[in-house]
Amino acid sequence: MSCFDNIKHEVLLESVSFREARKFIEEISDEVYYVKPGYKIFGDCYLVGVPPIALGIKGIDLIFPIVKPRLGTFVGKARNEKEIERLRENNASISE
Amino acid sequence: MDGNKSALLMMGCPEVPVQMGIVLYLSNKLGKAGYDVTVAGTDAALKLLKVSDPDEHYVKKTMEIDQCIADIVEKKIDFDCCFAFMHSDAGMTYAATMSAISKAKMYAVIFGNNAEDVAETIEFPAEKIVAKAVHNPIPLKNKIDRAIP
Repeated sequence: MSCFDNIKHEVLLESVSFREARKFIEEISDEVYYVKPGYKIFGDCYLVGVPPIALGIKGIDLIFPIVKPRLGTFVGKARNEKEIERLRENNASISE
Repeated sequence: MDGNKSALLMMGCPEVPVQMGIVLYLSNKLGKAGYDVTVAGTDAALKLLKVSDPDEHYVKKTMEIDQCIADIVEKKIDFDCCFAFMHSDAGMTYAATMSAISKAKMYAVIFGNNAEDVAETIEFPAEKIVAKAVHNPIPLKNKIDRAIP
């Protein structure tokens, strides 16, 4: 069970490659930040991914990849202003 | 390989049959060489392992894969070498994560019908052990024996 199962989120894309998920996040987001594998979000979730991992912001939603060993990579969307602010404060690598 | 070192065997999704046999084989081989071996995997993969080796002859330590990543990020544990098993993009992605967060020397153990395609997507530093093996573990075993005499 993934820790993301405990986070209320909407699935935007499912069972794609990690690179496809990154491209999707870059295309649909208003802002994109790049973090390293192991970046901690939602308290106790550690991001799995091929660096650089793209995290997107669209309005008040955070858009993020979820890697499932059996099913491939999913893209999730969750409303979390605290995580969005933390991402903006801590990351300089940005494309808008 | 030298003894008194630690090794992580990171399993991917257990749907390809050769994985479990090779994990047990490699754990035994590394254990005999003096390695302290830990096997990480999904809940399903660890259940398969425990049913296959109920008396822990071959594998003494196991960890849930996401907990393993969390503990390495938090610097609670790390390993001298990591054998990342993969037959899909998801397995490769977990291995890339391990390469980024751990100081371990990486070995990418790649198998399944698309082994060569998966191997081509690897961009992180790793010794690749590749065999198009699904049911018959011998081609992969032979490659492992060549890589780790």
